[in-house]
Amino acid sequence: MNSWERIRTIIGKELRQVLREPRLRVMIIVPPVVQLLVFGFAVNLDVDHARIAWSDADRTPESRALRDAFVSSGYFEINSSAGSEDAVRDYLDGGGGIAVVRILPGFARDLLRGSPAAVQILVDGSNSNNANLVSGYANRIAASFRQRPAPALAAPRVWFNPELKSRYYFVPGVLMNIITLITLMLTAMAIVREKEIGTMEQLMVTPIRPFELILGKTLPFVAIGLFDLFLVTAAARLVFGIPFRGSPLLLLGASLLFLMTTLGMGLFISTVSRTQQQALMSSFFFFMPAFMLSGFAFPVRNMPALAQWISYANPQRYFIEVLRGVFLKGSDASVLWMQLAAMAALGVAILGASTMRFQKTLD
Amino acid sequence: MSFTRTWAITRKELLHIVRDRRSLVMALGVPFLLLLLFCYALSLDVDRIQTCVYDQDRSPESRELIERLAASRYFDIVQNAANLREVDRAIVSGSAMLAVVIPPRFAARLLARHPEPVQLILDGADSNTASIAQVYALNVVSAFAAERFHVSPSVDPQLRVWYNSSLVSRNFIVPGLVAVILMIIAALLTSLTVAREWESGTMEQLLSTPLRPAEIVFGKLAAFFVLGVADAIIAIAAAVWIFDVPFRGSLLFLGAATCIFLFGAFSWGIFISSIAGSQLLAYQMGLLSTFLPAFLLSGFIYAVENMPLPIRMLSYIFPAKYFVTILKASFLKGVGLEVLWPSVVFLSIYAAAVSTLAVRKLRTEVA
Repeated sequence: MNSWERIRTIIGKELRQVLREPRLRVMIIVPPVVQLLVFGFAVNLDVDHARIAWSDADRTPESRALRDAFVSSGYFEINSSAGSEDAVRDYLDGGGGIAVVRILPGFARDLLRGSPAAVQILVDGSNSNNANLVSGYANRIAASFRQRPAPALAAPRVWFNPELKSRYYFVPGVLMNIITLITLMLTAMAIVREKEIGTMEQLMVTPIRPFELILGKTLPFVAIGLFDLFLVTAAARLVFGIPFRGSPLLLLGASLLFLMTTLGMGLFISTVSRTQQQALMSSFFFFMPAFMLSGFAFPVRNMPALAQWISYANPQRYFIEVLRGVFLKGSDASVLWMQLAAMAALGVAILGASTMRFQKTLD
Repeated sequence: MSFTRTWAITRKELLHIVRDRRSLVMALGVPFLLLLLFCYALSLDVDRIQTCVYDQDRSPESRELIERLAASRYFDIVQNAANLREVDRAIVSGSAMLAVVIPPRFAARLLARHPEPVQLILDGADSNTASIAQVYALNVVSAFAAERFHVSPSVDPQLRVWYNSSLVSRNFIVPGLVAVILMIIAALLTSLTVAREWESGTMEQLLSTPLRPAEIVFGKLAAFFVLGVADAIIAIAAAVWIFDVPFRGSLLFLGAATCIFLFGAFSWGIFISSIAGSQLLAYQMGLLSTFLPAFLLSGFIYAVENMPLPIRMLSYIFPAKYFVTILKASFLKGVGLEVLWPSVVFLSIYAAAVSTLAVRKLRTEVA
């Protein structure tokens, strides 16, 4: 039996182990799709039809016209008319809506007289992101009410995502998350499982060499990772109509570079863990901060300088930039070469170091 | 159900937890890790938006507009482009989020009161930052226009922000984090507990003793409960004292609600663990059914009100949504049982139902 045959035997064994169990078969397909659907449908930082209360103490045609201006903007939906001070408090305390607009008596009088008519806008700041957007919209509608229109001085143009859909922003992150979870955690747990139930010793007395064992153990997960990459990309295109503007070949190449880093980490974790429990906890401790600091939802440019420096050593950061570039911007390698080079360097370093460590722990 | 036998299981589980030093340290470290990340590194607050300017006019008027942008704390002018290709490059490579392109003859046409609009080009790949940046940039430009054309607004909107007046995203994220932390423990520790016994064959040994299924479930539950309470205390204390998140509600009420939530969440972990059979599968199922909904469908960061109806309905079956509501209201709004009783009732029903389910499941496995 030559080296390649031994590797093939291990790959065959791993794939059989994963694929013969019906529940595990389901796990390769269902979680990625569920994650994609939940992220695509649920994760949304946009605000439209924000529920607000409208409290009108003026009751004039002018105050009703302002109400119409709010409703017809499409940003707001009025679901209550909290009148008293207490009603306003109950409304916001109970989470009935995100804001209360109060028109004080004398609104129409001031408006007709030409002195600025005051409108109170009370916003629930507990979701700061929504509060920011809602107060911005409310401000703009109120300020432009009954105003001699000034000539438009700005023409905003949004590139890559003209409707500013959150979905476009999040789906690349889902892809990265799924690939990392599958390759990193499954690799670490699959190796530690052999240690935990004692079959690692049995493998070691066979003629297989550590290097062959590593390849045999990781290649099946590369295949599963790439399969999920394809599955999620296809689902993102078909279900959500996420644009794919770059080259599929570039995506494949970048994914292979990225896989070197996750498989390397998975191998490393397997060398420092005795039980699957430990492997799980350790990979979580590595994975969670790396994911959070990757910029998948929280932009890297908002981070303090130290965190930004650290993120240069985070392969996930580069991969997410590549994914966004390839999906949304249609970037090619001439724009993304730095990210690709960084992933290649990190991949070689991480995979090399953990392979060495893995061989040492086996001896 | 015998107390002695249940206690024996609890002691055995506690020993497992204490002996695996690394997992214990990590389990207690989860709150610190997440709080550190969310308090120091991660923020949804949009300021210092990297802005690229291409001024084709170079008049006093165009310079004034640019200075207004630069003076606002929301914009940080990082590049003065010399041509449109540079603008294009800055947005595509992501070095700028916003590009402001001022047309030639901007000043002349402004004075003739027929202005040609300034182009604001935004990188929509980051949709959230782009929409907030757009609001800010439009505000700066329209204030400039209003002054130029001597238009004064007829309505004066007076904005008041309640509960989180400085609109810091940390105050809004950290309270919900407590629910996420507890769900992580449920997914990473509790969901493995029965699966491990099946996998290593010790379940058969346990079942050959006089132990009843209910005693196994509640014994294990009690052990993880201790860990969960410790994590909750660490998280809440650190949030209030180290990270200065305001706490305006009643600690007693929040403590009671936390216990009810823990009971339900960990029962679910044990239930999954008994149906999964292997640790790998148990973990995957745990992640999907506890951590993911706690992160995404609970209103922790992403407002449930903005989701489409089917997803909103789905979010109602996960306990994390109710607990996050309780946490946010306790921290920021200072309300108690009088407002939050529906959430408490749901958490109690959920806890009772899931723990019964877990015991039933184990009983059928035994039979």
